Amino acid sequence: MPHPLHTALVVLLPLAGFVLLGLFGKRFGSKAGLVGVLVLALTTIFASMTAGGYFFSNGTVSGVFRPLKDLSFTWLAFSPNIKIEIGTLLDPISAMMIVVVSFVSLMVHLFSLGYMKGEERLHAYYAYLSLFTFSMLGLVLSSNIFQIYMFWELVGVSSYLLIGFYFQKPSAVAAAKKAFIVTRFADLGFLIGILVLSYYAETLDFGTLIQRLTDTQSSYSVGITAGSFMGISALTWGLVLVFAGGAGKSAMFPLHIWLPDAMEGPTPVSALIHAATMVVAGVFLVARLFPLYAFNEVALKVVTMTGLISAMFAAVIACTQTDIKRVLAYSTMSQIGYMMFALGLGAKGEYGLGYTASLFHLFTHAFFKSLLFLGAGAIIHLVHSNDMKDMGGLRKFMPITHISFLVACLAIAGIPPFAGFFSKEEILSTAYHDSFIFYLLLLLTSGLTAFYMFRLYFSIFWRREAHLHGHHGEGTMTMKLPLIVLMLCAVLAGFVPFGHFVSYNGQPLEMHVDLLFSIAPVLIALAGIGLAGWLYKSENDRPHSLATAMGGFYQAAYRKFYIDELYLFVTKKILFNLVGRPAAWIDRHIVNGAMNGLASVTGSISSAIKGLQSGKLQQYILYFFAGIALLTLLLIYRFASMPV
Amino acid sequence: MMGTQFFWLAKQELVLALVIFLLLIIKTGSRTYSNTSVLNLVNALLLVNFLAGFIAPADGILFNEMFHTNTLVTIEKNILNLGTLIVSMQGYEWLKTHKHVIEFYVLLLSTLMGMFFMISAGHLLMFYLGLELASIPLAALANFDLAKRQSSEAAFKYIISSAFSSGLLLFGISLLFGTTGSLLFSDLPALLTGGPLQIFALVLLIAGFAFKISAVPFHWWTADVYEGAPVTVSAYLSVVSKGAAVFVFVYFLYLVAKPMAAAWYTILFILGVLTMLIGNLFAVRQQSVKRLLAFSSIAQAGFILVGISGSSQAGSASVVYFILIYVLSNLGAFGVASVVSALSGKESINDYKGFYRTNPFLSWVMAIALFSLAGIPPAAGFFGKFFLLFAGAGKGNYALVIIAALNMVIAFYYYLRLVRAMFFDRADQEPIPSLDLNWYPKIGLGICLVGTLLLGFFGHVYEHIYSISIPF
Repeated sequence: MPHPLHTALVVLLPLAGFVLLGLFGKRFGSKAGLVGVLVLALTTIFASMTAGGYFFSNGTVSGVFRPLKDLSFTWLAFSPNIKIEIGTLLDPISAMMIVVVSFVSLMVHLFSLGYMKGEERLHAYYAYLSLFTFSMLGLVLSSNIFQIYMFWELVGVSSYLLIGFYFQKPSAVAAAKKAFIVTRFADLGFLIGILVLSYYAETLDFGTLIQRLTDTQSSYSVGITAGSFMGISALTWGLVLVFAGGAGKSAMFPLHIWLPDAMEGPTPVSALIHAATMVVAGVFLVARLFPLYAFNEVALKVVTMTGLISAMFAAVIACTQTDIKRVLAYSTMSQIGYMMFALGLGAKGEYGLGYTASLFHLFTHAFFKSLLFLGAGAIIHLVHSNDMKDMGGLRKFMPITHISFLVACLAIAGIPPFAGFFSKEEILSTAYHDSFIFYLLLLLTSGLTAFYMFRLYFSIFWRREAHLHGHHGEGTMTMKLPLIVLMLCAVLAGFVPFGHFVSYNGQPLEMHVDLLFSIAPVLIALAGIGLAGWLYKSENDRPHSLATAMGGFYQAAYRKFYIDELYLFVTKKILFNLVGRPAAWIDRHIVNGAMNGLASVTGSISSAIKGLQSGKLQQYILYFFAGIALLTLLLIYRFASMPV
Repeated sequence: MMGTQFFWLAKQELVLALVIFLLLIIKTGSRTYSNTSVLNLVNALLLVNFLAGFIAPADGILFNEMFHTNTLVTIEKNILNLGTLIVSMQGYEWLKTHKHVIEFYVLLLSTLMGMFFMISAGHLLMFYLGLELASIPLAALANFDLAKRQSSEAAFKYIISSAFSSGLLLFGISLLFGTTGSLLFSDLPALLTGGPLQIFALVLLIAGFAFKISAVPFHWWTADVYEGAPVTVSAYLSVVSKGAAVFVFVYFLYLVAKPMAAAWYTILFILGVLTMLIGNLFAVRQQSVKRLLAFSSIAQAGFILVGISGSSQAGSASVVYFILIYVLSNLGAFGVASVVSALSGKESINDYKGFYRTNPFLSWVMAIALFSLAGIPPAAGFFGKFFLLFAGAGKGNYALVIIAALNMVIAFYYYLRLVRAMFFDRADQEPIPSLDLNWYPKIGLGICLVGTLLLGFFGHVYEHIYSISIPF
């Protein structure tokens, strides 16, 4: 019988690790890594105990999973109606997530022992990792929407610190800033969404919020459906805005622009944050509020379409990148697109198959994608380059990495019996039951997935004979071990009867693999692999001629469909020129000009003494006076009730 | 018994007056004391003054309702006392070589006294007197970098703008008196009818408050004055002076002008939107840290207006709570700027490049303060901002909330610029050398750092403020 304290320890241990390493990290010297690993190992044990206890003993009431609020205390009462609580909420998805997060984090901690060896600020690195793990675990265990927002932002902070870890590189600093600001921009939607939902529901607690707003008889539900803004109901607004926050963190189109750049961070960090945990926070958020989304057709449609577009869009781009981490970044975006898509259809069909499929894919993806990133880390560690042009024939030099990478590629491509096959199968089945067009599009995308993953695989490990001089081998045991463990997970995770644990209504959902249905996806994946092998297994000029034949499309995809340029155009040209420049101009000529006795707006430039700002002060006073006059006129026009 | 009651109710003012008199006696006495001993004494006295504020808060009125006090008023004065104490400690490095330290404190504490009377006023004339007492010595303080022309310029600008604003405010008061026949806060609500003259008077009064809290378009003096004045004085202006004005503003709107709530809600909406937008857009391009902080403090005032516009007990509680957090976070940022300016003379963002290498403690204080101002958890500013928006959203005005949230992103951008300069950028010139601080500024900054980090986690601070806040 798990104790509530275990749940608390899951969150508090990494926090303690952060404080310990943050304050006294320097004293540990090169042992800082071991401290981090030890803390995380304990965290993982407690997380497994908590989740195990939930799934197998105290989570069910007559066979149905119920949310458990182990710990909860009122932190403050904002007003008599609204209380802010801090607590933990255990339900199937959060129990599943704490295991995934702490386990992948442990693997990354372990891998980093070898990867970051000799790094001067090792203690800071491990402190940031602990901070991130703390924030992420806090996020998934949050019992209310305020708490989740707080951890949500903290995740952003720790991601900022980790992406910018190599701050000697200007590109890393720029990427960290970009990631922080883009996700913050998306979070503004989340914040407004929270305000809208909690304003109508008069609560912040997830359970109460969902219950009040889905009960069509309640005054809360009536209020939020009746309230509207620009012809769209307040409920839709709230949900879509919350989703916008999730889409930012999960790098969904068009808010994905930060993810490829975020690859500037250390590679194990990419494995943890940008593959397995933080980027799926958006999926988690929608799943957390799913009963509400299920209640609103429009919001679900937005989720579905965003997922579909992201999945396809990113897969096309991934085919053209040559930086191996960027290929993986786009592939992550594409796979999360799958999850979002399935979640959007989660309320339809057989007992919400989409819901389970989506989270199943999240689960399996966490293992094989972190494996891919850690493998990429080992490769980069060896060849000191991110570019696949500098690689080739590495299979002889790093057998373990080679095998595990191959397994992960097979898993993501959806080849049975690897993990990705099972979860992707369920997603395709969800799509098939909803619309044949969706199904075809996703099928095509999964062909693309197989193609770009094996393009990567063949370019790295085959293609040509490698001649490495003075290399230092495949890496330490601490680097190989996580690869082996994760490889096992990538093979076995698919056999977990996931539907028994996570389902839309808490009741076990039987998922079955239909062999006839599987034929098409597997064939198309094999075709993708075959094409990649034909093009990239040995050196030839076929890829080049193919690229030439594809011409403009290849170029456009290579340039990531010019999305970055579009953003630059909007921000630099429109925002800066139309808004920033005039503001700067006012600042320079009116405000600053007044300060320094420089040119005035009216052009009455004279010596510094003459311009001793007395003229400008008049101007300030003029504004002051104009403000009063305008306000008075407006108010008298609108509000004056009777002549006095 | 009127006598003892007077001592109890006005005790914060009395203690402050005693401090001022003591300083005057020392000044006029024949002995001269070294700056350090004067500063030791003053800081000790300010600490006593701050602590005395916690003794036996009482409710009551004096002088025919001219003066009132209660637990909320006492807490507000304590917040101002705390701000003053921190400002004083952080100004240590600058003041220890100044020729007129005692005068500085006499002027500073006089303005504080004015603010106390403002907050405790139960009558518009009393309020006006307090306001003037709070404003005029501030102009002299702005001039306290005696060798710098910029400083005199700042003082000149401040006194002129302030006089203009006071004039209009007085005009508003007279209009109000003309239409109602009373200036007593307790009489006014029943007499307000919402006629055109009263609306005009309301606009004039609000403009007076808006001037004090630097709301657009009544803010133009702010950046010039903050930049020209000594950093210590700018910090005081941005925190203590602004805080006092906000406290009275809430009181005035929620209790006195309540019958005209629809009208002032519109004003708050317009001013709030303008203040956030203009403050932030100007801040984005600043190169000087002081100017950046000036515009940031303008933008923060816009968020305060959003909270006030919530028109609820949660609104007034979140405003007071925010001011407390804002005092700590803004003084954290100004405090670092103040010691850097006093010890190295550097004031531009470029100068802060590589600051973390040479001054890790100061960099962390600054970074946490900026994170708090930007509203990033777990810094207290996050809770403060969230509550303000939450209260503001209580009116169901999406446009206001969306603009406010959007502005949080813009603000985030320029705060991050400074953080990036300190922590990430390589210095292209000689970085600011490692600064050797006296323990006064260290304590002052330490209080800000600890307060900013921890305040959000003590829920009962907010709950206590809520329980005594002004209902609507």
